[in-house]
Amino acid sequence: MISEIFSYSFLVRALLVGLFVSISASLLGVSLVLRRFSMIGDGLSHVGFGALGISALLSLQPMAVTIPVVVAAAFILLRISEKSRGGGDSSIALISSSALALGVISVSVAGVNTDLNAFLFGSILSVSKTDGIIAAVVSLVTLFSYLVFYHQIYATTFDPAFARATGINTGRYTVLLSLLTSLVIVVGMRILGSLLISSLIIFPAAVAMKLEKTYLRVSVVAALEAVLAFLSGFFISYAFSLPTGASIVMVHMVFFALASIFKATRTALSRSGK
Amino acid sequence: MTLIRGTDLTLGYDGQGIISGLSFSVNDGDYLCIVGENGSGKSTFVKTVLGLVEPLKGTIEYCGGLKRNEIGYFPQVSGIQRDFPSSVMEVVLSGCLNRHHSLFYTRAEKKRAEEELCRLGMDRYSSSSFQELSGGQQQRVLLARALMATEKLLFLDEPVSNLDVKTTSELYGMLSQLNASGITIMMVTHDIHPVLRDARTILHFSHNGYFFGSRDKYFETEAGKTFMKEAGHDK
Repeated sequence: MISEIFSYSFLVRALLVGLFVSISASLLGVSLVLRRFSMIGDGLSHVGFGALGISALLSLQPMAVTIPVVVAAAFILLRISEKSRGGGDSSIALISSSALALGVISVSVAGVNTDLNAFLFGSILSVSKTDGIIAAVVSLVTLFSYLVFYHQIYATTFDPAFARATGINTGRYTVLLSLLTSLVIVVGMRILGSLLISSLIIFPAAVAMKLEKTYLRVSVVAALEAVLAFLSGFFISYAFSLPTGASIVMVHMVFFALASIFKATRTALSRSGK
Repeated sequence: MTLIRGTDLTLGYDGQGIISGLSFSVNDGDYLCIVGENGSGKSTFVKTVLGLVEPLKGTIEYCGGLKRNEIGYFPQVSGIQRDFPSSVMEVVLSGCLNRHHSLFYTRAEKKRAEEELCRLGMDRYSSSSFQELSGGQQQRVLLARALMATEKLLFLDEPVSNLDVKTTSELYGMLSQLNASGITIMMVTHDIHPVLRDARTILHFSHNGYFFGSRDKYFETEAGKTFMKEAGHDK
C-alpha cells in the first residue's frame, strides 16, 4: 500500500505538506494552549473559511485573500483576548460564526463550481504545487523561529511579568506567535479543512501535557504525536477510503484518550504507592 | 554606593499623574520596604523602576554597575499557570535570559543555576516538575530565578500574598540571609512584619503624598502610626 501511495505524486505532495504543517502546528500549539489562546486558533480557521468563500465569489487567488485576512484577524483576536483577560471567548465566537456565515453565503452565490465540502473538511486533491511550496516555506520559517526563540517563547509563556522585567519584549513574541499561527492555519486548511485544522494545534499539546512534565519534553512529544497521528490518519484514510482530515482527527482523539487513561493509571498507582 | 536614584519623579499612566515630586534612592545592601494603600501608586512604581513605564517627569538613574534589566524581579505568583509543564531547572535558567544571547544555555549558566538552587536548599529538586512542588518550594525556585537575573538587587512584588504563615516566615528568613550576604532587597508588601523586623528604609505611598526615610523615622510619622495601628500592633 505504501509503495502505491508513493507512485502518485499528488499523494506524496499531500503527505509532505501534511507532515510539515502538523509539526509546525503542534509546536505553536504548546504555547497557544498554555497561554489559554486555543480558542484563537479555532476562530482563525473560521475566518479563513470566510476569506476562502469570498475569494471564490470574486474569483481571486485563494491564498492571496486568505493570508492577509487571517493575519489581520489574528491580531484583532489577540488584542481582544489580552484586553478582556479570559472574557474574550464570546467575542471570538461571534467573529467565528459571522465569518462562517459570510463564507457559506459567498460560496452559495459563487455557484456550483465551488466545493463547499473541500473548504470545510479539506481535500487532499486540492493541494497544488504552489500550496506545497508555500506550506514548506511557512513550516520551515515556523520551525526556525521556534528553535531560535525557544527560550524567549518559553519565558513569555511561563511568566510574562518576569520576562518583561528582564528586558524581553513579550509583545514581539506574541505577535510572532500569532503571525506564525495564522500562516500555519491558512496552509493547513487545504488538507484538513477549516473546521478541523484547529485540532492540529490543540491535540498534540493536550496529549503531550498528559504524558510529560517539562516544557522541552512536552514540545518534543507534541511534535512526535503530531507526526504519528498524521501518518496513521493518512494511511487509514487511504486504506479504507475515509475522509483524510476526519481520519487524522480521529487518530488524535484516540491518542488523547490513551494518554488520559495512562495519566489516570499513573496517578492512581502513585497514590496507592504512597 | 547608590544603585537606583529617582529624582523629582511624577509617576502615572496616560499623562495622568498618581504621585509627584518623588525622590528616593536605594543604596547597596539596603532593605527597602514599599508600603501603602491600594491605588496609591505602588504598582506604577514597580513598573517604572523595571523600565516598563516611563516616568511622566523626572529621572531614574541606575548606578553602581547596575543595569535596568539586571534587577532580580520576583513577581506576584498569580501570573503563573498552575498546570504549566516545566522542570525546576527550566524555570531557574530562564532567569538569565537578560544576559543570554545564544541558542543553548552555557555550562557556566547551568552551573550558576545549580549554585543558586543550592543556596536556597533546593538543589535536590533541579529536575523535578515545578507544578508538583509545594507553595514554599515554588517560592524558593522563583527566588533562585530572580537571583540568576542579578548580582546585586532583588525586587519583590507582594511575595507573600498567597502563602501560609510558615512559608511566609521562611521566605523572610531567606531574604534576611540574602541581605546579610550583600544583596540589596526592595519589596512591595502589605505585611507589617518585614517592615518592623528587617527593613532599613521605608517608602510609603498614600493618596496625599509619600514618605521616604529610615524605618525608625517612619514609625514616628502619622502614616507609620496608622499602619501600625491597622495591622493590630498598637500598644
